[in-house]
Amino acid sequence: MPMVDIAGKTVEVDEEGYLVNLADWNKDVADYLAKEEKVDMSENHWEVVNFLREYYDEYQIAPAIRVLTKAIAKKLGPDKGNNKYLYELFPYGPAKQACKIAGLPKPTGCI
Amino acid sequence: MSDEMDMEEGGVIKKFMFVNRKAPYGTIYALEGLEVVLISAAFEQDVSMAFIDDGVYELKKGQDTKELGQKNFSPTYRALEGYDIEKLYVERESMEARGLTEDDLLVDVIVMDRAELAAKLDEQDVLISF
Repeated sequence: MPMVDIAGKTVEVDEEGYLVNLADWNKDVADYLAKEEKVDMSENHWEVVNFLREYYDEYQIAPAIRVLTKAIAKKLGPDKGNNKYLYELFPYGPAKQACKIAGLPKPTGCI
Repeated sequence: MSDEMDMEEGGVIKKFMFVNRKAPYGTIYALEGLEVVLISAAFEQDVSMAFIDDGVYELKKGQDTKELGQKNFSPTYRALEGYDIEKLYVERESMEARGLTEDDLLVDVIVMDRAELAAKLDEQDVLISF
């Protein structure tokens, strides 16, 4: 597995750039992964990333996009829990990109 | 819980049941089965799960896998509701033979006796066994 140096720490990523160990995650790592994905992190991006980390903490999986959208709508309201909003933040797929930045594995069923 | 299924976009909706018979750890069946169920949710079919024999242990509260060096994936069963998979059938005889009650399980389930569950299996279009 490839290793990358982020802010003085060596972390292991898989061939697609997802963190191998969830515990390696911190804000510097997230910033690095966001840069790799060409995502400029705003407060709204962080909100989704933090939401995903909480979801993973509770259920031990990265949610499918449909499930993520629904769960965000429930917690943060319909203005944020919809595909348009989430794709504007993460153009290459909210589940895929946001999960990567959040240090989670690729969502189950995501090809 | 609704038994009505929408016929969205003219697609045919089939009844899929995933039958779980194995203890959660020791073999890969339970985890692989759960992943297949989560993936199947994307196809908008009428999905249910049955827990029979040692499969009822998959839903046991308080699983601790530290000594096994494996991930405890039992919290994921609680995510099934968000995937609209809400029909989780547990066979009463299997549960009772293992000294378990509904209170020992980490999700809401529908408990059925063997004959009722057999009839449920018979209704399905597709049965997949893990």
